[in-house]
Amino acid sequence: MGSTAVHRKISRSKIAMVGGVLLCLGFCQTAAAQVEITGSWAARNHEFLTGDGLPVDFTGIPLNEEGRIRALSYSESQLAMVEHQCQGWPAFYFVQGPFGLKIWSDTDPLKGNVISYTIGAWEDRAPLTIWMDGPPHPSKYAEHTRAGFTTGVWEGNTLVAYTTHMKAGFLRKTGAPSSDEASLTTRFYRHGDILTVLAIIEDPIYLAEPWILSRSFQLSATPLPPIGPPCITTYEGSIGQTAPHYLPEKNPFIDEMTTKYGVPRDAAIGKPETIYPEYRKKIPAAQAK
Amino acid sequence: MRVFLIATLVTMPFVAAQPPAAGRSEPMNAAGTAKASAPMDITGYWVALVTEDWRLRMVTPRKGDYPAVPMTPQARKVADAWDPAADETSSDLCKAYGAAAIMRLPARFHITWQDDNTLRVDSDWGMQTRLFHFNSSPGPPGERTRQGYSNAQWQRPASLKVATNNLRAGYLRKNGVPYSENAAVTEYFDTAPLPSGGQVLLVTTIVDDPQYLQQPFIVSSQFKKEADGSKWDPQPCTAK
Repeated sequence: MGSTAVHRKISRSKIAMVGGVLLCLGFCQTAAAQVEITGSWAARNHEFLTGDGLPVDFTGIPLNEEGRIRALSYSESQLAMVEHQCQGWPAFYFVQGPFGLKIWSDTDPLKGNVISYTIGAWEDRAPLTIWMDGPPHPSKYAEHTRAGFTTGVWEGNTLVAYTTHMKAGFLRKTGAPSSDEASLTTRFYRHGDILTVLAIIEDPIYLAEPWILSRSFQLSATPLPPIGPPCITTYEGSIGQTAPHYLPEKNPFIDEMTTKYGVPRDAAIGKPETIYPEYRKKIPAAQAK
Repeated sequence: MRVFLIATLVTMPFVAAQPPAAGRSEPMNAAGTAKASAPMDITGYWVALVTEDWRLRMVTPRKGDYPAVPMTPQARKVADAWDPAADETSSDLCKAYGAAAIMRLPARFHITWQDDNTLRVDSDWGMQTRLFHFNSSPGPPGERTRQGYSNAQWQRPASLKVATNNLRAGYLRKNGVPYSENAAVTEYFDTAPLPSGGQVLLVTTIVDDPQYLQQPFIVSSQFKKEADGSKWDPQPCTAK
């Protein structure tokens, strides 16, 4: 073999190798453009996202008129009814609740790719499974559950999950309602040992605009439980002849946020304009102090 | 050679797919200007969405109302001694507008490039200016300021990390919850599209302050992009 032939052969090999590596890099970029989000993520409750300190606290939720009427008709005594005690909260609650997150993945045993991530349950919250293998969302007539149906994709280093098919429930424990048409888009951002979850809740029935929340968790060396304690119903003194409720205009707690914290009524009942900074100007100075 | 080539192709995905670190927020190559190498565009007008902690942000909480802040006993003593009247008559009304707290305020923020390596963040409420310095060493510490000195770094694939120190002592919340001048603030800026159009800026803020905090204080705040500055409304700091 002459030197030219050898040189040509080496060149072809080099070209093939470079081509292969380039091809591989394209693939690898996709595969590598992910972060590890499994593990135990401890709650750092430095934000008060549950917002359930007082019965009429819908602050920060951009409710529409129908949502507001439903919210004001709610009585927390409903939770004393046996049929409601273990109803649980919709998927939004994993961002709002006071607990940490236990996240694990299931992998395809042959291909090794992640089929799903699961966020563990708590006593009043169902486990949330994020399907990563691309199933379509079911028909709108399909069964709706507390956790709903969730699919996920990676966008760069961000896991983006989309949840539909949640049963009608509550946006907040104080009774701000969510319909079975609500959807939840969550984005998981990991920076070192901090996991920040951005939640965008849309509900054409009860929200005037998307409700956008975020919350951060910190990686924990101490394992968190994947499930909570079981929910067990018991008689709590509520006689099942009536459903506890208020007429919306007669909710006795409507001004409690005002008297206790100086929060104007419009903000307490979740008027959409109150989530924007310019609303500060409408707050009476005596209340703002 | 063929064996080597096959081995390379077979092993490369697995080798390259290994994350270099669990958190995998690698700093980007500092070559070129920060503006030219920006993996994301966060310039523009952003409005805070006060969808959480409403009563702690939109109205000044009453003295002694400090839920969710992991304060040390010393911090509690300082906060319990908060005197808004004294703050109001002092020359510094902006204690609650420092780098550790400003992104939590109900305000609008205007983000622009001051130069090729400096991102500028202006707030309308409090009329504060923050400067995020890329590709620079801070040099000897100068005078402590409300907004301190911020080092910025793009993170792969599209995030911004900002580390701030050299701060003047201030308030984490308007009702006198203190942070000391030794506090260090780390922030991550991320963006997300809104499903129905528009863009959200997410800012995760971590305040470390062993003097006044039992553990790092971690909050995340969200902002919506506005088309222009028509709602920009500069207002001075207020003590109450």
